[in-house]
Amino acid sequence: MTKSWEVRLSGSGGQGLILAGIILAEAGILDGQNVVQTQSYGPEARGGASKAEVVIGPGDIDYPKVLDCDVLLALNQESCTKFTDDLKSDSVAIIDSSLVSQIPSVNGKVYPLPITKLAREEVGKELVANVVALGALVGLTGVVSRESLSNALMARVPKGTEELNTKALETGFKAAKEARTRKTTQQVS
Amino acid sequence: MTTPRLMQGNEACAEGALAAGLNFYAGYPITPSTEVTEILSRKLFENGGRFIQMEDEIASMAAVIGASLTGAKAMTATSGPGFSLKQENIGYAAMAEVPCVIVNVQRVGPSTGLATAPAQGDVMQARWGTHGDHPIIVLTPSSVSECYQLTIRAFNLAEKYRVPVIMLLDEVVGHMRERVELPSANQVEIINRKQPDAAPHQYVPFRSGYDKVPSMASFGEGYRYHVTGLVHDDDGFATTNPEIVQSHLNRLQDKILLHTPEIVDSEQVDTEDAEVVLIAYGGTARSVTRAMRMAREEGLKVGMFRPISIWPFPEEQLKLLSQRNVKFITVEMNFGQLALEVERVVGGKNAVYRANQVNGELIKPDTILDRIREVY
Repeated sequence: MTKSWEVRLSGSGGQGLILAGIILAEAGILDGQNVVQTQSYGPEARGGASKAEVVIGPGDIDYPKVLDCDVLLALNQESCTKFTDDLKSDSVAIIDSSLVSQIPSVNGKVYPLPITKLAREEVGKELVANVVALGALVGLTGVVSRESLSNALMARVPKGTEELNTKALETGFKAAKEARTRKTTQQVS
Repeated sequence: MTTPRLMQGNEACAEGALAAGLNFYAGYPITPSTEVTEILSRKLFENGGRFIQMEDEIASMAAVIGASLTGAKAMTATSGPGFSLKQENIGYAAMAEVPCVIVNVQRVGPSTGLATAPAQGDVMQARWGTHGDHPIIVLTPSSVSECYQLTIRAFNLAEKYRVPVIMLLDEVVGHMRERVELPSANQVEIINRKQPDAAPHQYVPFRSGYDKVPSMASFGEGYRYHVTGLVHDDDGFATTNPEIVQSHLNRLQDKILLHTPEIVDSEQVDTEDAEVVLIAYGGTARSVTRAMRMAREEGLKVGMFRPISIWPFPEEQLKLLSQRNVKFITVEMNFGQLALEVERVVGGKNAVYRANQVNGELIKPDTILDRIREVY
C-alpha cells in the first residue's frame, strides 16, 4: 500500500469521535503504517462541534491535518453541511442517516447509514455508535485492515465491554457490506 | 528502541520527564496542557514520586522550586493564563538558581483567549515574562518524538546550568498523536546537578568555578544555606554591595552565554540551494515542511531553518545561512515575535519577510505557499 489516506471524523462533543480517531490510528500502526491523529473541539464536554482527523500512510507525514479529505464520517447535520464541500470525486462519505436529515449533493460516494440507530437497536447501546461507525468506515474503504481495527479496538476498550464492542464493530462491517451489495450508493457529480 | 505506539505530544512530555528522572510534579490543570498533569498524577504515584495538585499556578511553581531544593527533579505544566501566573516564581528560580522544567502548551491569548486552539503568542513571554534580566532556556518541539527527547534535554540543561527551562509547545504539538518509537531507558543520557565536594560546614552555596555554575546541596542532607530572591553573595545572603551585585548578575548571564554553543539547537532542511528559507518552529514547522515540498514541485528553491532552542536563539547558525543571497520568511502563529529576532540577526543584509496567522487554526500550507510565491 503506497497511498496516503486522509480521514475526517466529525460530529459533536460526546459522540466518541476522538476515541474513534485514536483507535483508527492505532490500527494503522498495527498495519505497519505511519500515522498522525489530530483533533479540534470547543471548550464544551458535550455538544458543540468536534472533529478528529487521521492521516495514514507509508512515509513521513509532515502537515498533520486533513487537506484533501479521502474519507468523511459525519455524525450530525452541522458537520455534514460543513465538511461535504471539501470532498473530491473519489472521496467516500459515511453519513449517519439517523441524525442527518439533509444530505447535500456532493462529489464522491455517499453512504447514508443509520449508525446511531443501529447502535441503539442492533447492538443495544447508543454509546457504541462510534465503534459501529468505525466498522462501517473500514468496511467501505479498507483504510486499515479489519483485523488490525479489531485488535486496536480490543486494546482500548474497558475490560468487560469486549463483547459489546465486538458486536458493534461487526454491526458496522455488516452495514458496510449491505450498503455495497444493495448498491444504494448515490453517485452525484 | 521500544515497539512503535501511538502517543500524544503532552503524553510524550510526561514520559520524557519520567525518563529524565522526574520525581516531583506540582500543577494546576489547564487546557491544552491538562494531559501532562493527568498522566503524571497516575504515573508518578506508580513510580514512587510525588504529585500534588496545588490551589493555583503560583503555588504550583513555588512547590516545584521547594521540591527541587531538596534534590528532586521537578516540573509543572500549564498554558497561557497559568504561564502568566507562574512568572514571578520563575524569576525566583532564575535568581536562586533552582533547576526546574516548565511546560507551556500555547493557546490563543491574550487572557483566556481560545482555550482549545493553537497559537504561538508566548515566544517573548517565555523569554521575558518575569522581570529583570535573567537567564532562561526555551525549547520548542515540532513532533511527538521530539516532545519526548526535548523534555529529557530540558531536565539535563536545567540540572547542568541550574536554570529554569521552558518547554514551549503549541496546541497542535501538545494534542497531536503520532506513531513513535522511543529509545529504551539505557539509551537515555541523564545529567544530574553537581553536588558539593565540601563538607556541610565548609560549603559556600553560590561560589562557582570556571563554568560559572555553583554546586548544589540538597536540603535535608545536612547542608544548610540561605535561599533568597534578593541579590546575594556567595554565602546566599542579601547584599547591596555594587561590586558583588554586578559580579553576581554577570555570572547569571555568563552561565548561559558561555555555554550557548552547546545549548543552541536547530535544524535545516533543503537549505543548500535554497533561494527562500522559511523559518518556523513548533506545529507551524509541519505546515512549512509541506509548503516547502509544494514549492519544490513548482520548481521554487525553498528550504527551512527550524530553531529548536529559541532562547538562546541559534544566531550563529542563521548568520552562516545569511551569507548566501537568500530571502527569509518567518512563519508564526502570532503577530511576529521570533521574526524580531530573525530581523535583528539578518535584517539589513538579507530580505526578510513574515507570514503570520492568529485565527485559532494551524496555518495552512497553501497560505504559506502563496507568501513564498509573493516574495520569490
